[in-house]
Amino acid sequence: METQVLIIGGGVTGTGLARDLALRGIECILVEKQDINAGASGANHGLLHSGARYIASDPAAAAECHRENRLLKQLAPHCIEDTGGLFAAVAGDDETYIADFPALCQASGIPCKALTPAEAREMEPCLSDRLIAAYAVDDAAIDPFKLSLDHMAQALRHGGRLIRFSQVVDFRIKAGRIVAVMLRNNLTGRISEVHADVVVNAAGAWAGQVADLAGIPIRMRYSKGSLLVTHHRMGRRVINRLRKASNGDILVPGGTVSILGTTSERCESPDIIYPEIQEVDHIIDEGAAMIPDLATTRYIRAYCGVRPLVSSGEDGDDRSVSRGFSLIDHADQDPGLENFITITGGKLTTFRLMAEKTADRVCRRLGICRPCRTHSDPLPQTMDARWTEPGLTPSLWVRKNDPDDMLVCECEMVSQSIVDQIVESIRHQNGEPSLNAIGLRSRIGKGPCQGTFCSQRLAAYLYDRGELTGDAGLRDLRTFLEKRWRGQQPLLWDISLAQAELLEAMHSGLFGLETVDATPQEP
Amino acid sequence: MSTTRPEIHCELLVIGTGMAGMAATLFAARRGIDTVQVGMTGEINFASGLLDLLGVHPVAAGQTWTNPWEGIRQLIADQPLHPYARIGIDAIQAAMAEFIDFLNDAGLPYRYEPRKNARVITPVGTLKTTYARPATMAAVDRALAENPPGLLVDFPGLKGFSARQIRAALEAQWPGLRVVRLPFPGLEGELQPERMGRRLEVPAARQQLADTIRAHLGDARIVGLPAVLGIARTPQVWADIQKAVGVPVFEIPTMLPSITGLRLRECFEQHFPQMGVKSHYQKKILAMPRRLDQSFIASVGGKSHELSVRAKAVVLASGRFFGQGLHADRHAIRETIFNLPVYQPADRSRWHRKALFHKDGHPIHHAGLAVDNRMRPADTTGRFVYPNLFAAGSILAHQDWIRQKCGCGLAIASAYAAVRAGRDWLRSGRSTQP
Repeated sequence: METQVLIIGGGVTGTGLARDLALRGIECILVEKQDINAGASGANHGLLHSGARYIASDPAAAAECHRENRLLKQLAPHCIEDTGGLFAAVAGDDETYIADFPALCQASGIPCKALTPAEAREMEPCLSDRLIAAYAVDDAAIDPFKLSLDHMAQALRHGGRLIRFSQVVDFRIKAGRIVAVMLRNNLTGRISEVHADVVVNAAGAWAGQVADLAGIPIRMRYSKGSLLVTHHRMGRRVINRLRKASNGDILVPGGTVSILGTTSERCESPDIIYPEIQEVDHIIDEGAAMIPDLATTRYIRAYCGVRPLVSSGEDGDDRSVSRGFSLIDHADQDPGLENFITITGGKLTTFRLMAEKTADRVCRRLGICRPCRTHSDPLPQTMDARWTEPGLTPSLWVRKNDPDDMLVCECEMVSQSIVDQIVESIRHQNGEPSLNAIGLRSRIGKGPCQGTFCSQRLAAYLYDRGELTGDAGLRDLRTFLEKRWRGQQPLLWDISLAQAELLEAMHSGLFGLETVDATPQEP
Repeated sequence: MSTTRPEIHCELLVIGTGMAGMAATLFAARRGIDTVQVGMTGEINFASGLLDLLGVHPVAAGQTWTNPWEGIRQLIADQPLHPYARIGIDAIQAAMAEFIDFLNDAGLPYRYEPRKNARVITPVGTLKTTYARPATMAAVDRALAENPPGLLVDFPGLKGFSARQIRAALEAQWPGLRVVRLPFPGLEGELQPERMGRRLEVPAARQQLADTIRAHLGDARIVGLPAVLGIARTPQVWADIQKAVGVPVFEIPTMLPSITGLRLRECFEQHFPQMGVKSHYQKKILAMPRRLDQSFIASVGGKSHELSVRAKAVVLASGRFFGQGLHADRHAIRETIFNLPVYQPADRSRWHRKALFHKDGHPIHHAGLAVDNRMRPADTTGRFVYPNLFAAGSILAHQDWIRQKCGCGLAIASAYAAVRAGRDWLRSGRSTQP
């Protein structure tokens, strides 16, 4: 395959870059070793920062967040729920930090409005009665799946190409240039080759591994953050703890649920990570100090992502490392590669800016001059991403009320016709509609039944449609449940534990899925 | 405490309406013990209706057993704390035989070979090892050996049951199966197994279904259907359909809750009153004080106290977490009615493994009530908590019914042993008249 630009990594940065290049009329291929947003882009709070979080630790990043926040609210409103946000402190929190907060916001140009504790509790009744200070800011909730899928969709319409489940395994280098990139299809094992004028490494937490294949050392630090999804929405706005960034101090609403996080734990590798039980308990205990109901509410899922941080050498708290991004043009380095660029670090809120700066650099390497359009052109909404939104499918299903359009997922009310549309969009992108691929693009498996019923209903439906054949469905079912389990395992007490017992009774006791050979045993 | 609520007296109170509670009530009633049964009938609806005895041991090796009794002997040798070791092989055999005989006499026929496990087809197309299975599923073993041309039938609207899926997964064990999707007589849209089962109890409906199947039969010499062949009149429904189709017909269980669990529930609910059992379904135990004469006084009700049951002895068969016999918060597991000591891992980080289908299974399943040789819940020193409280079923510790494929065997045999110990206690004269 030949292309002008090969992008490695299908997170928000990679897909954002694909769209940016496509709008500049530059040809690109995006290669992703798993599926869209498989890394940190799919495992974060879904928080569009106002910037106030970073006013003390990184004022420049704070100001960047503020600008991007405004821009995205105008250009991609369908990916954003403009909830507004609060910063709230409770008795015992650092009073110096509280006192400095408004001035620091002002210094970074970030609007904030002081509220009395009574006003704040009227706005968000879930807040603790031990509240001592509160400010309103411009935080919002953003759906990173919709964001990436819509970016990719527009790139595809402009001639871009997407290769999923394919991993870079080698670079062929001649005279300081990458002349070919070797890809392995992780589903079939087939090896193929891409020839590109410029190669961009947007592999997020895996950027170090990718660069290493090209003989370029990048010192990465991996900081794991774990998050919890509540069974129902706990507040109207984003609620931040008004203190120095720490564990369990942000609650972000997302449709019908809320997301509580996060932690910061150094890990050795971005590959095998789990939300650990002690992290979960810590997040809940910390969160409950600000929002007492968090101690007793039901949680339906835990997940974690890895923040890719480029190490500057010295040690310290990973949260104090700059959350600004790292754009490395390897042509400028020694030893270098003249057509290799790495973009990593940063955060969801500033992904567009990261893509713009990278695309500028790509243009320079290509020797062309085309202006960026992503800060002025609205992001078109596509069908590909619609079904990830919590609460959307129930309202559509109820409105449609077609008795023949049966529900595959009764918790999140995902019907057969919606599955049909998702399958079609996956096929359209040359993908295979596995249970996991459909799960990524819908709410299936994300409701209170924890996938017990919808998994097999979906498998049966896909067999009926001829989308699954042979014994692939058994492996798929096992892999799907195993993937959901990762997010359930740390949260199994009370009703969730009873539900898990039913899940095991059916899928192991009756179906015997533990004997189906699907994946290697995990620890 | 003065109360105007009715108080009834009995010898034995059985708490629980799952498989173990039903079995304990059955064994007690057949032994002439004056028995009251209390519980929420929910869990047995989730029974698969397959009477597993022992399918796998050791779990980590995934070793399956053709002869379950050989497996049980090995299990008893390897795991002396397993409930099967407490109960003993003779009692397990006697319990299974008595239980299955009852079902056969009660119009819910089961088939088994005394020394051999059987296989049934699951809704995902895997083969499950079990012991006794409904007579309607008994043709599967021979069909898997002989591979006759077969037809698998499914119905639009019965979600989670795809004949194509089952055929695809069975390709290696039973090649050449055909599939057909047929309309279900008299029902449209989304189909529930329970409604389908009741519908087929109408003779005209099953005739219509049989005629439709016959039209698609081709060279098939056997027909597989989802388990919807009636609820209370399954033998009749099954016989009529086989006769009209002209070849043997077998059932494949559906997803849970499946009709096979419902048949068991209806069978017990129909026969217990005739046997003198006083059952209080959809009721919970709200409190359980104990008198000086050692009898228990159970406050029973849906939400509030409706009646009191004074019992000389109790069999606790309240289930695990799904049955609400056990409850866990973030920190620990407790028993919900008597607050009995619960054998459990040190903390939550050791409850479940990080992989759902980890070959060793999850340690939390071994949590539960440790019992003495008379099935009495015991403390950490091994001493019983109450002389007249016995436990049965999945609430027992030191077992993993899901992975060992021993759920019903455990329920039935431990119920048998608990009732036997309870009867001994009642007859010993140590219990004073309430």
